[in-house]
Amino acid sequence: MKLSRKFVSDYIDIPVDTHALAEDMTKIGNEYNSEGKLISADNLVIGKVISCDMHPDSDHLHVCQVDVGSDTLQIVCGAPNVRSDMKVIVALPGASLPLGTIKKSVIRGVESNGMLCSLGELGLDHKFLKEEDINGICELNSDAVIGEDPIKYLGLDDEVIDFELTSNRGDLLSIIGMAYEIGAIYGNKVKDISLDYNESKSNIDDYLTLKVETSFCPLFLARRVENVVIKESPSFIKERLIASGIRPINNVVDISNYVMLETGQPLHFYDADRLGKVIGVRMAQEGEELITLDNNKRKLSSSDIVIFNENETISLAGIMGGLSTEVESDTKNIVIESAIFDPVLIRKTSKKVLRSEASNRFEKGLDPKRTYMAMKRSLNLLEKYADANVVGGMLEYKNIDICDKVIKISYEKINNVLGINLSKDVILNIFDKLGFTTDDNGNDVLVTVPSRRVDIGIEEDLIEEIGRIYGIDNIVGKTMNLPLRKGKYDKSDSKIRSLLFSLGLSETLTYSLIRDSEVSKYTNDEFEKIMLMDPMTEDRNALRYSLIPSLMMVYEYNHNRKNIDINIFEIGKGYYKKDNSFFEDKKLSILMSGNYYLSLGNYKKVNFYIIKGIVEKVLNYLGYKDRYSFVVEDIPKELHPGQSASIIIDHNVIGIIGKVHPNTSKDDIFVAELNLSILGKIKTSKMKYKEISKFPSIVKDVAFILDKDIQSADIIKTIKKSGGKLLTDVMVFDLYRDEALGLNKKSLAFKLSFEDQTRTLTDDEVTVLFNKIIEEVINKHDAILRDN
Amino acid sequence: MNIEEIKKNIEEDISSVISLNVLNEIKTKYLGKNGVITSLQLRIKEIPAEEKKEYGIMLNDIKGFFNDLFEKTRTKLLEEEVNRKLKDDAIDITLPGEGIISGSIHPFSRIIEEISDLFASMGYDVVDGNEIETDEYCFKRLNVPDGHPARDAQDTFYIDEEFLLRSQTSTQQAHAMEDNSEKTPIRIICPGKVYRRDEDATHSHQFGQVEGLVIDKNVSLADLKGTLEIFAKKLLGENTKVRFRPSYFPFTEPSVEVDLSCFKCGGKGCNLCKQTGFIEVLGAGMVHPNVLKMGGYDPDVYTGFAFGTGLDRLAMFKYNIPDIRYLYTNDIRMLKQFDRKGEE
Repeated sequence: MKLSRKFVSDYIDIPVDTHALAEDMTKIGNEYNSEGKLISADNLVIGKVISCDMHPDSDHLHVCQVDVGSDTLQIVCGAPNVRSDMKVIVALPGASLPLGTIKKSVIRGVESNGMLCSLGELGLDHKFLKEEDINGICELNSDAVIGEDPIKYLGLDDEVIDFELTSNRGDLLSIIGMAYEIGAIYGNKVKDISLDYNESKSNIDDYLTLKVETSFCPLFLARRVENVVIKESPSFIKERLIASGIRPINNVVDISNYVMLETGQPLHFYDADRLGKVIGVRMAQEGEELITLDNNKRKLSSSDIVIFNENETISLAGIMGGLSTEVESDTKNIVIESAIFDPVLIRKTSKKVLRSEASNRFEKGLDPKRTYMAMKRSLNLLEKYADANVVGGMLEYKNIDICDKVIKISYEKINNVLGINLSKDVILNIFDKLGFTTDDNGNDVLVTVPSRRVDIGIEEDLIEEIGRIYGIDNIVGKTMNLPLRKGKYDKSDSKIRSLLFSLGLSETLTYSLIRDSEVSKYTNDEFEKIMLMDPMTEDRNALRYSLIPSLMMVYEYNHNRKNIDINIFEIGKGYYKKDNSFFEDKKLSILMSGNYYLSLGNYKKVNFYIIKGIVEKVLNYLGYKDRYSFVVEDIPKELHPGQSASIIIDHNVIGIIGKVHPNTSKDDIFVAELNLSILGKIKTSKMKYKEISKFPSIVKDVAFILDKDIQSADIIKTIKKSGGKLLTDVMVFDLYRDEALGLNKKSLAFKLSFEDQTRTLTDDEVTVLFNKIIEEVINKHDAILRDN
Repeated sequence: MNIEEIKKNIEEDISSVISLNVLNEIKTKYLGKNGVITSLQLRIKEIPAEEKKEYGIMLNDIKGFFNDLFEKTRTKLLEEEVNRKLKDDAIDITLPGEGIISGSIHPFSRIIEEISDLFASMGYDVVDGNEIETDEYCFKRLNVPDGHPARDAQDTFYIDEEFLLRSQTSTQQAHAMEDNSEKTPIRIICPGKVYRRDEDATHSHQFGQVEGLVIDKNVSLADLKGTLEIFAKKLLGENTKVRFRPSYFPFTEPSVEVDLSCFKCGGKGCNLCKQTGFIEVLGAGMVHPNVLKMGGYDPDVYTGFAFGTGLDRLAMFKYNIPDIRYLYTNDIRMLKQFDRKGEE
């Protein structure tokens, strides 16, 4: 909302400068984007062209002698309309205009001491200007006084504050509303608005019938004026419209906008002769069509409110008029509509068609008293500035209570909620400044809130009014005195983060929304993708299921920037739909590529076993030590079938690990993902001390030559089974491959620890057990014992 | 037997020794089976009785002399050997330490953890909450019915007619009240991700928010300010000031915008705060009676306050990150800067 200082000053005295006003308004809750002069150009004077000769060295430039009062200046001017005796706007050397600072200069050999300006060059938005105001210099009337300020002469010496209002304060979308708000700051009273007019003996009933056929129009007023003369508006109207950001058109259109700015009530003017004998309001029929003012054919739906006449739908209520009943330059008689339409429906339609100054006001809710006031004000102005004859009588449909709200509130509650201690007098004085009347009842006060404050309905609203006018920042912070309790806070994620941090991984933060074609990657799970109805881009039109595609994008990004050693992780959510319900699972994803360990001439490239080691560290840390297994089954097609596994605990697949398939990426990238939500449901035992044997253990090493594809986990299973409870630990400590071992053979070496809690084991009994184990492995896995 | 001569021989022999082996050979020469001193000892039988005592004293003198000199020399040689070894073992300690790559924790998580730790220490529960929400909990239960103009400020991603991606963590207000079947006092914060159809240099379609909610008897706006003062000082420094400005949110009444004194210039005015000395950081207010009622709390008995703020902005302030998009680009060179322990 652009507030013109001149405009609002018609209704309230402002004791401070515009900057201070903007700041004071902010303090009571009305923020502003900018404030300042409507035209910021300076060093301008009114001048008169004394002589105007062609430039000796140009076919379009003129050399002018210009009387600026104190002096006569030679100025070179390129405008086609410059001539002698013309009163002009002169930018003196040093003047700052939007296009830059004016300096003395020499133009094609001729000295020029300033510039003759067009209106466009002063910084007015071009939408307010006619073409000739942009292309040619501005010609001032002959009464303009040489040497004086042309901005003041043009009435453009206004200052404007551009407010960013909160959506509850529809009342401030009017000059009068602003005047009340300013009055509440400085304690000044709002002046009356002029609403007088004369009316003829004829009656609108003789011309027009009103039919309101929908409950979504609670108030509809119509009046008729005759014999209007359509012409240019008086300059004060034009200036104020411009300062408020609205383009002047002609007196009639301008008056409807002017009244809307003053009162906040949008009006609509119909050409009475084209309108005919009926005006009515109803809901549109689904699919019906209307050609609006902008010459667009609009298809309507049943939630649009429309105005109709005898023949057809003529206007989209509250949004835009129709072409067929538009006021044009030959219009003589006008029907004025001042009405209230349902805010929610107006909002719905306007989002579809056009967000306008009018729809914005309807959406925020209107004061029915203003609906009447605006009607009168428009008659007042039309009579004065469009020579209108006002026809007697008013068509009125009213299905709304028009009364001021009365709210009872206790002084104690005001102070309790704000946490301050204001006296009764201070509180009553604030209500008075706001223009609310009060009736003090001892502990309580009855507050009558004028209907213009549509935002106020309950006690808390009044408390806010007291707070903001008193100065909400004057409230002093208190240390709360709350009962002691321990906040529930699950720190699991943050602990996993610290673990991975200390293992050398960097945490990322990626978007939950990805391209839908990525959603089913890196998983064979069955689920329904979640798509957005209204995505911003196709790149982000679905919710991810796995975080791996996100980490792959991070990899790409960094790889393209020659960042190597990309070892990252993220804890985030994966989303899916199943059986018509939505699910969000928390997942930990890891991506590793490049080097993991670096030192002089010695580095360790990431491989499957490094990422596996990290995943194992996480699982052990979470309490699942010795409970998980890595199984080569159900490998998604984006992973290498020979270097990937599903991770399983108690028959639950809790994650996936593997190398990215060479078809997906040529680089050596390893990824893993654990579903922390599923893990969270798998119970872990408490951390407890386990007795350490007082007796020494016996350690024996053994190596087998095996087929390349036999898995170490299977051998360990066999060893453990035949080792029984005296075998306390089995560890693979060497993998060796050499052709000398035989075709497709490998050697695996194991370290076996034997121990008893109650006695020292003898070498003999361990040897017996050890030999039994070896035999078992040889038989079961077709192994050969490897002796060194 | 000439004592002085033997001593002189011992001295000569030992002083020229440069290794422990040679020293041991000398020991054998004097104290071995056929050693010089051993032979003198054996001769005691031949010494007449009256001279035996004197002979014994003399022998002990020579023996003592030898042992002293031997031990001294041995210690010296051992020391020299250790020193030589130490010298040999000396390395270039300025070469780089062996390195596991170093990890880092994202500023977004750091801010969440810092805030969560603080509020948990003040007895607030830290709750997570779903990101896929219903219109009911994201708007209606927060006093934002269909067609409410406040919906404009939050252009929301819808999944279907009913479900959406939460556009604010305030959704947890409604859940916290509903889930508390006893309708006892509430103290929660909810940090998490939210989504809006909006993207430019200062807006990301995904960003973080933290919502705080306190419901109890006699909670006031002054309590809110006191609480936010603790929060602001903890996060941005002891000298941070909190300023309230009236505002409007449908789910609080009264509502305030909360400005914090500019952490960069300390309130003097700079580019960051646009010369105002303050930065708009939070939205807050007293829980609207309609919201309390919908949550099953009697607004005549209970009052409460709520506050919400953007985590990305806080992270940007705290770590001096100039563009919100840097938080989501995940350039390794950026991530690796966040490799230190968190603040307590």
